[in-house]
Amino acid sequence: MKTFVGIDLGSTTTKAVVLDEEGAVLGRGITNSRSNYDLAAEVARTEAFVSARFSLLRAGVERAAGPAALDRLLRAFRLEQRLVQWARLRQWIEASAPRAAPASLQSALAATLEELFARLVAEEEERFRGDEAADRSDFFRDAAGSAYARVAQEIADPRGVTCDLLIGLYDHSIIAVENEPLDLGFPNHIRAALARCEGAPGVAEAAQAAASADLEIAASVGTGYGRARLPFPKEQIRSEILCHGLGAHAMFPATRTVLDIGGQDTKAIQVDGDGLVTSFQMNDRCAAGCGRYLGYIADEMNMGLHELGPLALESRAPVRINSTCTVFAGAELRERLSLGERREDILAGLHRAVILRAMSLVARSGGIADEFTFTGGVAKNPAAVLALRNLVAENYGERRINISADSIYTGALGAALFARRAA
Amino acid sequence: MTEIAKDRSMEIQKEMLADHYRRLEDAPKSGEPVVYTFVPGNLNELVRSFDALPVFPEINALQSAMRGKSAGYIATAEKAGHSEDVCSYVKCDVGMARSGNVGPTGTRLPRPDLLLLSYTGCYTFMKWFELLREEYDCPVVFVQVPYQGDGSITPGHRAYVARQIRETVIPALERLTGKPYDEGRLRESLARSARAEEDLVAVFESAMRRPSPIDAYFGAVYYVGPIFSAFRGTEEGAEYYRTLREEVEERARQGLGPSTPSGVLTRQKYRLVVEGPPNWTHFRDFWKLFSDEGAVVVASTYSKVGGTYDFGFRHDMEDPLGTLADYCGGCYTNIDLPGRVRMLADYVERYSADGFVIHSVKSCNSFSAGQLTILREVEKRTGVPGAFFESDLVDPRYFSPANLKNRLESYLQMIEARRGAAAR
Repeated sequence: MKTFVGIDLGSTTTKAVVLDEEGAVLGRGITNSRSNYDLAAEVARTEAFVSARFSLLRAGVERAAGPAALDRLLRAFRLEQRLVQWARLRQWIEASAPRAAPASLQSALAATLEELFARLVAEEEERFRGDEAADRSDFFRDAAGSAYARVAQEIADPRGVTCDLLIGLYDHSIIAVENEPLDLGFPNHIRAALARCEGAPGVAEAAQAAASADLEIAASVGTGYGRARLPFPKEQIRSEILCHGLGAHAMFPATRTVLDIGGQDTKAIQVDGDGLVTSFQMNDRCAAGCGRYLGYIADEMNMGLHELGPLALESRAPVRINSTCTVFAGAELRERLSLGERREDILAGLHRAVILRAMSLVARSGGIADEFTFTGGVAKNPAAVLALRNLVAENYGERRINISADSIYTGALGAALFARRAA
Repeated sequence: MTEIAKDRSMEIQKEMLADHYRRLEDAPKSGEPVVYTFVPGNLNELVRSFDALPVFPEINALQSAMRGKSAGYIATAEKAGHSEDVCSYVKCDVGMARSGNVGPTGTRLPRPDLLLLSYTGCYTFMKWFELLREEYDCPVVFVQVPYQGDGSITPGHRAYVARQIRETVIPALERLTGKPYDEGRLRESLARSARAEEDLVAVFESAMRRPSPIDAYFGAVYYVGPIFSAFRGTEEGAEYYRTLREEVEERARQGLGPSTPSGVLTRQKYRLVVEGPPNWTHFRDFWKLFSDEGAVVVASTYSKVGGTYDFGFRHDMEDPLGTLADYCGGCYTNIDLPGRVRMLADYVERYSADGFVIHSVKSCNSFSAGQLTILREVEKRTGVPGAFFESDLVDPRYFSPANLKNRLESYLQMIEARRGAAAR
């Protein structure tokens, strides 16, 4: 089967979308962007093809054993991938252990690491058996980091193998794990995943068929900040403005205005009835008010990025925040906290400040006359969405606002559609 | 970085500038009086008819930026108490003055004997000369130039400015130089200005051809250098424009594009109009962003800051003071917003442009105020999409190459996609 691939190398995450011959989405993959763009693109593409092959086996497995079986197979597959990552992390940590601690501690350290990883792996297996919901974060770094820190704290010895030592080893090694290609593709793990699931008749056959399906990449297009680094010729590179416009149009054909708030830029785009861009505005002198700002705030508050929005939604009296300067935000945040303001109220104010900046770009690009689509990582944040809804209503009246659950893939989708057009 | 091929006119200009700056360096010894003045609305013919030598601080600032000196000069000015938000031309000039006043060709600039402000449309100019007055303790002459609020220079405006030239500027120059006003000499000079202006307009209008033999923004910066500064009205200035026109006409005959940082740009994929001054700290990089994409600029407003000759104005030897008054009020930033919209829309249409780009600079409110309105209006009138870029004149901290590249590529791809759609 011919497929078309779009890759969006963002400043924070790299996304890939695989389309089938008809232009329907077959698979999506995401990873955090690293210093190595080629690798990030490869990881996202591998993930997208894993997801594409799951699309192919979906109908077969559901027919044979029902939706629960498909879900279980997918979780088994994720577990297998996770185990590869844990094993590799352990190798890196053990390799750097001799330099990280004095000789007198080495045997205690080895024993601690043995226990640590045994518990982490057991937890993964337990979660799979217990049918627990998947992690909130898609990324190994985030999920592994919090589990590792928790277990490390439990088993560390303040007078021997300290928690600091263990965390230091993790910090050092996780980067290495992220920056090497790991074999996480479909054919390598589907067999082991099947073995973990009590096989209803037909499941293995469907998986086998999906594994052997010939998914040929007919064309690829790259976009996003790192696009120039993609190993693609120039004509296979498209600006993210065009990709976001076309991607949003594919998701919501009636959309005429698109707002994308990404890691370090914000784009307001107007598109016509064919998804072609007619006008756009971006921030360029300064990245204030972009997604990275929220990341910085999360760091300042010692929270996960995905926890910010839900906490801000608890606000009943949002604080007015003046600065959207990323650096000043830290100072303003601490000052507000010292004045006794509630965290949720400050956060609600910060989200509003981000959206206010974006609204100015929207106005510059031509305003919102019709259906409006919000994309980019920040569209996942419920407090940002609420602030946007309020400000759109205040400035333009009632407008239909589309937010796709897959909005983070909008740019990659647009790129894949361009690839399909070009082929 | 790719070195752009040097056209003959560029070599001539380089020599003219070197000579001029050498004369300026020698001025303290030769006794030639020195007048500092600004580009918009400058009275170069009058100043030179008194054998005084002009210095243009904003040209020194932009030249400093092109030579990579502005960051240091700006830092010096900031240390001396000027905030980050002050116009970067001013800070660059103040910093240069405090760093030995070495000009663009590496020679020392003389102190001013007179500060002559002949365009008041930019309030920053006034403050700038206040600062220089403090620095040098020399007289200032100040011509109030009315804004073209109703879109034209009225007879009242002309008479008002001409009277100030007659009653204030000329006596000040007579006092400075000890020479009487020589109207015959001024007239001859104005006649030479008009000839150069005629040639320059022919150069600008050559961009109506396909391919355009010139780049009317980045390339035009060099073309307008002499006429906006010390050489308008001089014999060598007139000669320069004759040579330039021949050179451009020859290039047009051969069907060649302009020399750019990406080589001779004959295959021109996009014809653009540009509004706003360029960024000077990354001038070549900025140009290369365009030329690498096959984008050529066919008309720009920045090349009219020292006179909108292509809309008919010529210096008139028959009415020396009236024509100088018109010139003071006729520079681009003295035109009201509807006038600027008309001008840009006219360029887009007359030069068959695919798009227009507004380069908005932090430093210059005379240019930047109202630019988003201009963008919308020109789009509405011409149906051609506009793009909006932001950076600064000479403060390198405001130039973000990755963002500008991103934006330009997006913009040109948008034009391309729309062309494709139109073709279908």
